Amino acid sequence: MTILNRDAFLNKLAERLGRPRMREEIQKPEWDQARLVPPEDRKGCEEWVERLEKQAQLNRTTFFRIPADFLPEAVWKMIKKAGAKTVITWDDVRWNEYGLDPALNAKLEEHRIRLQQWCDEQAAESISLAEQAMIGITFSDLALAESATVMLLNGRGKGRSVSLLPHKYIAIIPRSTIVPRLTHATREIRRRIEKGELLPSCINFISGPSNSADIEMNLVVGVHGPVEVTYIVVDDR
Amino acid sequence: MPIKIGQDPFFKRVESGINDRQMQKAVSSAQERFQKRRREATEELGNWEEWRKWGEAIRAHTMRYLDYYLEQLSENVSKAGGHVFFARTAAEANEYIIRVIKSKQATRVVKSKSMMTEEISLNKALEEAGCEVLETDLAEFILQADDHDPPSHIVVPSLHKDREKIREIFARLGYQGSAVPEEMTRFARNYLRKKFLSAEIGITGCNFAVAESGSVVLVTNEGNARLCTTLPKTQITVMGMERLVPTWEELDVLVTLLCRSAVGQKLTTYVTGLTGPRREGEGDGPEEFHLVILDNGRSNILGTEFQSILHCIRCAACINVCPVYRHIGGHAYGSIYPGPVGAVLTPLLAGYDEYKELPYASSLCAACTEVCPVRIPLHELLIEHRRKIAEDEKKAPPGERLAMKGFRLAATSPKLYRLASKAASIMAKPLTEEAKLKTGFGPLKPWLETRDFPAPEQETFREWFQKRRKKGENS
Repeated sequence: MTILNRDAFLNKLAERLGRPRMREEIQKPEWDQARLVPPEDRKGCEEWVERLEKQAQLNRTTFFRIPADFLPEAVWKMIKKAGAKTVITWDDVRWNEYGLDPALNAKLEEHRIRLQQWCDEQAAESISLAEQAMIGITFSDLALAESATVMLLNGRGKGRSVSLLPHKYIAIIPRSTIVPRLTHATREIRRRIEKGELLPSCINFISGPSNSADIEMNLVVGVHGPVEVTYIVVDDR
Repeated sequence: MPIKIGQDPFFKRVESGINDRQMQKAVSSAQERFQKRRREATEELGNWEEWRKWGEAIRAHTMRYLDYYLEQLSENVSKAGGHVFFARTAAEANEYIIRVIKSKQATRVVKSKSMMTEEISLNKALEEAGCEVLETDLAEFILQADDHDPPSHIVVPSLHKDREKIREIFARLGYQGSAVPEEMTRFARNYLRKKFLSAEIGITGCNFAVAESGSVVLVTNEGNARLCTTLPKTQITVMGMERLVPTWEELDVLVTLLCRSAVGQKLTTYVTGLTGPRREGEGDGPEEFHLVILDNGRSNILGTEFQSILHCIRCAACINVCPVYRHIGGHAYGSIYPGPVGAVLTPLLAGYDEYKELPYASSLCAACTEVCPVRIPLHELLIEHRRKIAEDEKKAPPGERLAMKGFRLAATSPKLYRLASKAASIMAKPLTEEAKLKTGFGPLKPWLETRDFPAPEQETFREWFQKRRKKGENS
């Protein structure tokens, strides 16, 4: 892809910095302060689950924790309670792994609630359904206890719109994916880069419902993104 | 809108600020809330001073090797399938962006909040090129709907408007509801959602770019930046050249500092990392991605005594503690960058001719320096400006020139400085009536015509603090 006007631009910076252009690889410093962050251990331990729950409440996010066997029933109850007619989800193997298919799928069919999986081949239709859907559901790829954040790696079958356009967003969080804070997520991302992988085109960190305090500093929940957010922490299968 | 806002001279702007009680009320209450949240969030994290030092070290390292990291960034954006355009000036940037939009035969543009695009007057350029440009951040949407009223704060640009005023503005767009923030916000959501769905181009700013992966990171709460980068077929991101980090390790630190300092959140609701356009086979996200990296005067700051102002991560913590901002408001600075950061940055980007008063719009209380998450010595940079204006430019009144010479001498020695700050309260005596200053020089003059300014305390802050600390230890 094109890179325009680079040399003239960067030459001027080097000149201002009083040296020739840096051509060799720079080793960035080992930061002393890296010790401020706890090493990654005890993924999914009770302490992180509790911290996540506490912060989720501060973020105005509804929080549930359930055994994996109850997951289809729990999601069904939420859909029923919300009165949703359309639900959109990622096309994600975890949907089967956690038994949502067939248990939940059958229930929705029985009640004639439309369950739409994100479909890249029919993107325009998927976007329009996500726009109309009352609820969007995805699994979370990593969860951060400190800020009650879910990290989503969007990609094929995993449209950005699913967690963005519906009125309500539900994130399913496998307990073993809960880490203390953002640092542990960025470390995970760096491991991918070091392996030479191209990062997903969109990585979302989401911490509750969209909000704004632009009118007289009054917090209003629900601006452009989902108005309601629910986290379901499930013990891994 | 360029850096400059309004046509009135400085004193006139200050005067209208200090007479605007509604604005002052809004600003002081906002400042208090911001300060409280920031304090709580920093205490909760623990070791805040260490985190600040880490942030400072990262920013200093990145600036030292800016050419290297920008080259790495551009390589990685290109590898991820994006286009990169290095623009030295606002005109070059605008011209490129218009070229991209025209090549798509597009006219419908949605934008998320970006100070950089304000700085280069992108909206005006796009409108002149026949585009419909819509600001989608709630505050920016309000300002745009109010005939392009300028921003008065870099995090909450519409801070100077109350709910009644906003209701009036929305009524022009067909809103018939009440002045309740929830109802007005819902109106904006529905109004803008339709626009998002039909937009062809999404334009965003950039909180940080990550050199090692060619990613652009957006730190937001409303979700409009996500919509701008999910629905339109083309995404154009405009970044100031200094807004990058080497790797995701440093990103973590700066995002941590930014969210807590700006809004007292542990993380904002959305932190979005975007790497190139959508990949083969993906159904949403832009098909084409352009990153515009702008200099626009920044390189002239590199290698000078002001280099550390390029470390700024635009959190507005300095604005939220500034007593001068509290009284005169954002518009008085005559720049899209108000407060202490604006008083340092604006004269550097736009010149002393127009902005020589700004470095004096400060009481040098150093509250800004104390809260800055990357430890920019803001008040020292203001003094440096004053010194330069007084000595190099010879634009200051003779008294100020003399005073600055004395200050530079005093400031080089802590002992002399302590003596000098004591002398200040003694020397202000002749102007004092009943412990209130009744007359003043420079920017204080119009201010004092309407109110009394407390005279410098007989006790210096240092002495007061020492006493107070001792009291605290005893109790």
